[in-house]
Amino acid sequence: MGFIEIFVNGQARQVPKSCSVACLLDEMDLTGQRIAAEVNREIVPRCRYPLHTLHSGDRLEIVRAIGGG
Amino acid sequence: MNAILATQTTDPDPLIIAGKHYHSRLLVGTGKYRDLDETRRATEASGAEIVTVAIRRSNIGQNPNEPNLLDVLPPNKYTILPNTAGCYTAEDAIRTCRLARELLDGHDLVKLEVLGDPKTLFPDITETLKAAEILIKDGFKVMVYTTDDVLIAKRLEEMGCVAVMPLAAPIGSGLGIRNPYNIRMIVENAKVPILVDAGVGTASDAAIAMELGCDGVLMNTAIAAAKNPVLMASAMKKAIEAGREAYRAGRMPRKLYASASSPIEGTFF
Repeated sequence: MGFIEIFVNGQARQVPKSCSVACLLDEMDLTGQRIAAEVNREIVPRCRYPLHTLHSGDRLEIVRAIGGG
Repeated sequence: MNAILATQTTDPDPLIIAGKHYHSRLLVGTGKYRDLDETRRATEASGAEIVTVAIRRSNIGQNPNEPNLLDVLPPNKYTILPNTAGCYTAEDAIRTCRLARELLDGHDLVKLEVLGDPKTLFPDITETLKAAEILIKDGFKVMVYTTDDVLIAKRLEEMGCVAVMPLAAPIGSGLGIRNPYNIRMIVENAKVPILVDAGVGTASDAAIAMELGCDGVLMNTAIAAAKNPVLMASAMKKAIEAGREAYRAGRMPRKLYASASSPIEGTFF
């Protein structure tokens, strides 16, 4: 199976070809966590995680809420 | 839920933001605490119902079972107010708000702050106005951090911000209310809640803000950086309540000379 390179929170990462956002989150142990995800600056709604396929060079941001004023 | 309904019906003086009633007029940040347990205890002691959070990258490769801030301060118990702290452009602030709305299942109340300079953390007003306009068009309910400029505060209100939040002094400075006259003018001219956001150092500062007629105070460092944050959170709760009651009671006029409290008649000496 082929791999593609994507960038998650600024870090390069190899994922299987045709991997979805859901598959990536699963690999990162983030399934079910309170997060939000952006691919190439576009928000991917939670319900679309299994449908959104990643492509080589995609830039993802995965964010959460932390303490702040 | 019953408790919330009871508050709405019995509280004679609720804080109303974007149509929602709150009993507490103290809003707190959740940054700078030693750990999540201290965050939880201080937040509980403050009696706050609205808590601010920051939106940041998830830590990759860390323990996924590490407790999450929103487990400690659950959105069904607190109104979560995501901020745009650290944003220096309207674009970054808007992006942050959209991610926050997705993160919080469509919750659209946000604290907009667009900073202009890392040394003072004063807001960049032109970028703030730009971001507010776009966010309001996009359906967000915007509580906006601004300077104590009377005209800008009014402009932000007229644009449709649900609350205007002038600073008392620079963020994290603890200098107290540096321009009480401007804060008072902003309050007197406003039809939306005015909350002092940033600059409060201790309980008396919070009480002064409330005595000036502010609808609430948002603070973080004054509690988190106290030697005993939980005790300071409790002090702030009382100061906010005392200041609000004093404002509603209406203070006595100031006089230059004395006025005896005991009657002159009936003295036997």
